[in-house]
Amino acid sequence: MTTNEPVLRGEGLTVRVDDKTLLDRASVGVRGGELLGVVGPNGAGKTTLLKALSGDAELAEGTVYIDDRPLSDFDARELARRRAVMPQSSYLPFLFTARDVVRMGRAPWEGERGESEHGAKLTDYAMSLTDTRDYAVRAYPTLSGGEQSRVTLARVLAQETPILLIDEPTAHLDLRHQHLVLQLARELASEGAAVVAVLHDLNLAAMYTDSSVVLHRGAVVASGDSQEALHPDVLSPVFGIEFVLQPHPELERPMLVPLPASVSHDRG
Amino acid sequence: MTTGPLAQLRERRPSAPPTVTALPRWRMPFSWTVLTALFLALVLANLGLGAFDVGVERIIAILLGKLGIDIGVQYTSAEEAVVWVIRVPRMILAALVGAGLGVSGAALQGLFRNPLADPSLIGVSSGAAFAVALSVLLGLTSGAVFIQPLVAFVGGLVLTLGIYAFSRSAGRVQMATMLLVGIAVNALLASAISFILSLSDDGALRDIVYWILGSLGGSVWDYAVTAGPLILIAIFVLVRQAGALNLLTLGDAEARHLGVRVERSQFIIVTAAALATGAGVAVAGVVGFVGLVAPHLVRLVVGPDHRSLIPASAVSGAILVLGADLGARTIFAPAELPLGVVTAVIGTPVFLYLIHRARRSLAMGGW
Repeated sequence: MTTNEPVLRGEGLTVRVDDKTLLDRASVGVRGGELLGVVGPNGAGKTTLLKALSGDAELAEGTVYIDDRPLSDFDARELARRRAVMPQSSYLPFLFTARDVVRMGRAPWEGERGESEHGAKLTDYAMSLTDTRDYAVRAYPTLSGGEQSRVTLARVLAQETPILLIDEPTAHLDLRHQHLVLQLARELASEGAAVVAVLHDLNLAAMYTDSSVVLHRGAVVASGDSQEALHPDVLSPVFGIEFVLQPHPELERPMLVPLPASVSHDRG
Repeated sequence: MTTGPLAQLRERRPSAPPTVTALPRWRMPFSWTVLTALFLALVLANLGLGAFDVGVERIIAILLGKLGIDIGVQYTSAEEAVVWVIRVPRMILAALVGAGLGVSGAALQGLFRNPLADPSLIGVSSGAAFAVALSVLLGLTSGAVFIQPLVAFVGGLVLTLGIYAFSRSAGRVQMATMLLVGIAVNALLASAISFILSLSDDGALRDIVYWILGSLGGSVWDYAVTAGPLILIAIFVLVRQAGALNLLTLGDAEARHLGVRVERSQFIIVTAAALATGAGVAVAGVVGFVGLVAPHLVRLVVGPDHRSLIPASAVSGAILVLGADLGARTIFAPAELPLGVVTAVIGTPVFLYLIHRARRSLAMGGW
């Protein structure tokens, strides 16, 4: 149930800090029902792209549109009902419980009819999906990094928006939870959500995303269907390491296997 | 009801019923009962104790007498004058000054996401102190009873808004920047006040130091009815910002993504905190530690949610200042201790105890 037109798109997004260009005329779009991965090496501008799309970064050039309306047209609450943003890390200096934090995701809907009950249900549901219900009443600052990260994801899910921007949702997570989180992103996309996820792990990106944006030094070097964008020919020069495609023993999509520099040198 | 991707997913793939264990239900009502009882006891103590003591039933008879209700308890006109003319306005001011400081402290700790923030950080107190010191030095405060409070109030508010404006860039105010600017300006003004003190003659020196150390000794009804409403309005405004403050503890960007008009909320919170503190400082001088300690005291019992923390901080701030002023009046009677000294003497051990108690959760990173 992918829509035809992108619900969120950025055109010619450029972010500069002092003289340094962190993002260079990047254009991306994501449609409803689509899971879009953003990949690239350290410092390629992945988080900057997400911040540009979310309105957190000041744009030197370019515009972000949601439903063909510029971001600046929206008031804060209207935007919060359209789009949720999951930051890379959330520092919280006070002892709110994990459930308190997830419930904060319902803030944009406060005042709606039936919200107190509906919000409580969705809060619990978001926590069970992210496997965080067991420590619902524990204080957020006392949770481990991975636990905090999943609680934050639950908060973002509870916000119940058709557009989701998530920055490295799998960082700090163990293997099972990495897959759980991306599986969840997949499912939300199949319910019609447009999801943009910054991902560090190329194989997770290849396995779960519909399409990908590959960033290198602030510029988009490839974008489109993940099978094509995440190809060794694209990735090797960007990451400075050789890759080979290897059929997955179980799945249709192939795996990207990196080759150590010594091996690729011998072959070269 | 909203239906988005999550609600749809829940239709298709429901989860097992939640096993969430709730926090004990008795805690909130219990905490509020204790706070209210303490507050009322201190109100009566402040009205009854002093150079001569007035019994509880007589206090009630005097207060009801003012409403035209006679409950048949006899009291002398001297008792009536002491309670109604001297102690009631002083008690009201003590409670309101404390409530204003407590609420401002709670709101600023949330806004700055820093449990060590207190109202003096945004420059209200030092701005007020500097303005008063300067006006005393220039001989501007003689005569009218309202000049000094007005000078203090305006000085505090102007400095806070100045710090706020200085910390603004590209339409957004970095709270960390504001914190640093506040610290720098406070240090500068402390030196400036010392310099003014060094230029002052004995009389002016006494006036300035007495004012800086804080006192409710000059409380009159006129102060209570002017500063009081200002403080109450500021408290009301901050209570209404409680929801936004909860979200702001997650961070400015996070709050914005959750629908908070961040810049607007920041401005409202800073201004209301400056108003509550400034009006208090204007009539009572600099009263330290209450803004820092009052929120921590109640955070332990009502939790970090600003919707209960802000009202509870109003009560705990009132309790602290009522207690401190009672001590200031009675410990070395008939001499009065400076209020600011008493709050510091009470506040410091309380704060150290709180830190000691919280050290485990502090090590994990939160209050």
